[in-house]
Amino acid sequence: MADDRTQIDEVQDHAEEAEAASPVRDLPEVPIVASLIESFPDAPFTTAKYASSETVYHKISVPVADWVAFAAEAKDAGFDTFIDLTAIDHFSEAPRFEVALNLLSTGDAERIIISTRVPYDDPSVPTLTDVFAGANFYEREAYDLLGVEFSGHPDLTRILMPDDWQGHPLRKDYDVGAVPVEFKAGSLDV
Amino acid sequence: MTETPDTTEATETVDDQTPETLGVADERRRRHEIWVSGTEERMPFAAATNEGAQEMLPRDEDPALAIQRGIAVDDDFLEQPRIVDEERQIINMGPQHPSTHGVLRLQIELEGETVRRVKPIIGYLHTGMEKTAETLTYTQGSTNVTRMDYLSPFFNELAFSLTVEQLLGIDLPERADAIRILMTELNRVASHLLFTATMGMDIGALSMMIYGWREREVVLDFFEKVTGLRMNHNYIRPGGVAADLPDGWQDDVVSLMGVVSAGVDEYEELLNENPIFLDRTLGVGVLTPEECKQFGITGPIARASGIEWDLRKAMPYSGIDKYEFDVPTGQHGDVFDRYIVRVAELRESLKIIEQVLDTMPTGDYRTTDPKVTPPPRKRIDESMEALIHHFKLFTSGIEVPPGTAYQSVEGPRGEIGCHLVSKGGTRPWRMHWRAPSFAAVQALPAMMSDSLIADLIAALASTDPVLGDVDR
Repeated sequence: MADDRTQIDEVQDHAEEAEAASPVRDLPEVPIVASLIESFPDAPFTTAKYASSETVYHKISVPVADWVAFAAEAKDAGFDTFIDLTAIDHFSEAPRFEVALNLLSTGDAERIIISTRVPYDDPSVPTLTDVFAGANFYEREAYDLLGVEFSGHPDLTRILMPDDWQGHPLRKDYDVGAVPVEFKAGSLDV
Repeated sequence: MTETPDTTEATETVDDQTPETLGVADERRRRHEIWVSGTEERMPFAAATNEGAQEMLPRDEDPALAIQRGIAVDDDFLEQPRIVDEERQIINMGPQHPSTHGVLRLQIELEGETVRRVKPIIGYLHTGMEKTAETLTYTQGSTNVTRMDYLSPFFNELAFSLTVEQLLGIDLPERADAIRILMTELNRVASHLLFTATMGMDIGALSMMIYGWREREVVLDFFEKVTGLRMNHNYIRPGGVAADLPDGWQDDVVSLMGVVSAGVDEYEELLNENPIFLDRTLGVGVLTPEECKQFGITGPIARASGIEWDLRKAMPYSGIDKYEFDVPTGQHGDVFDRYIVRVAELRESLKIIEQVLDTMPTGDYRTTDPKVTPPPRKRIDESMEALIHHFKLFTSGIEVPPGTAYQSVEGPRGEIGCHLVSKGGTRPWRMHWRAPSFAAVQALPAMMSDSLIADLIAALASTDPVLGDVDR
């Protein structure tokens, strides 16, 4: 792959650009996002635009230590609807796993995607089930398919794969696999 | 089902034999023993069910289930006095139960007829489609995603295509957007027709099943005419749609709309004031707005609970904001409101379709970007470049720049979102699907706890889950 730049690099680039442009960080125009960003000034922040639409949404990455605190803060700020939680395996990059939380503010019609990175040798993220009860199934799914451990989760079991399954299929080092097909010499003398 | 009542007599016999050595596992297994037919002899059930990690634990040991029941979120049901312990039993509904809309399994703790706790167990239809997506090019990707929520294939294709287009940074001709809106809104009509059909059947209005499918068939005929297939169309693709609408499509849509709206009138006449239907649905399976937000419930279920939220209004896509339509909301969040909201939505979709019909722009139905859209067949004979582009598109696929993108559309069951991570190249690095049915299944315990079994079926029918979407 020619382009080895990571998403984090890009996010950081954007942050650096923003800093270079003005000493004070560019705060988004949306008040609820701005207030949220103000309480976590070091977190890299970008805004992206939907295709075929004027709609924008916000992405922010926070250190794993701030994960629950940020989610709780976002909930208080108005991002009260839990939409999605997923994990991404960046395989060859240093903090290998990314966990992304997607929250919606139905009052202000804003969306924020909060992500954090955890390393391969300790893929542990504190659970969000205390903040959003709906994180339960999504965290189980991320654990099942990518092996990210959610510490403090009340029922961290497999959800889509069978209980006795080995490995985490959506990891990049997990082979896609194939079903061996045995071809036998056919005979039609029934 | 060969479940035997846990009589005290049998319990005593076993306890007498080996009181100390009975471990917890044995204790559980003992409950699964069955009697040899016609005798007093007990036969050990060789393949005793082993629930493994999915076993429903006693109340005080199962915090996750307490959260799901809604205790931690919003205690909107009344805890009734317990019936004696002996009457409590845990049974499985599904995975093959016809009322579970696919292979959904519910472990239910019953006290007589009362459902105390519900534990949804999923994964029976998991086929690793997100993993498969990583091996398919962006050109092939829409054939994969269209199979997830098989009752709203156009929405899946649209969410996927929009996300890829977001990464590509391309804009579409107006006609492409209008065709997409036409097809997705027709798909919403088809999906809600199927909902009325299956919900009617689940509640006991058996003729609804036939009526709903009858009208849906007309919509599917139009889909077949446009895309060649009744479902899994692969019609909406990154860069536009696969083909232009066929000649005379306006007449087809007009006649289809007549049939559907006459059909919906008939359903409303049948159901809306039907005392049996009302008894089965009013105040049943209530979800509060707070619970909806906590569990990620969107779409008609959230609107039935009074949340005024529709992505078509709040975060419009493909120019849907050009059309006039209302967002119906309910107040009570019960099964009846979910039904009535969907029926109202169906009429609103017909309104949108009518406007698309009147304002369908002329022009191209896909982008002219040669890196995304294959050249017309005629050009291949004339131009070397066209030949190369055609070859590259169909051998390696669309090159998508690196980045992450999320885009969602308002599906018939709620927000269908696609979270796409690209590291360059022609295949996604990771594709995650935000499935509305997955969220709905998670909220089932909150709807169903402390209700009757019959209400449980009604509540399940009202969420309209598609297990292909839940398990992916």
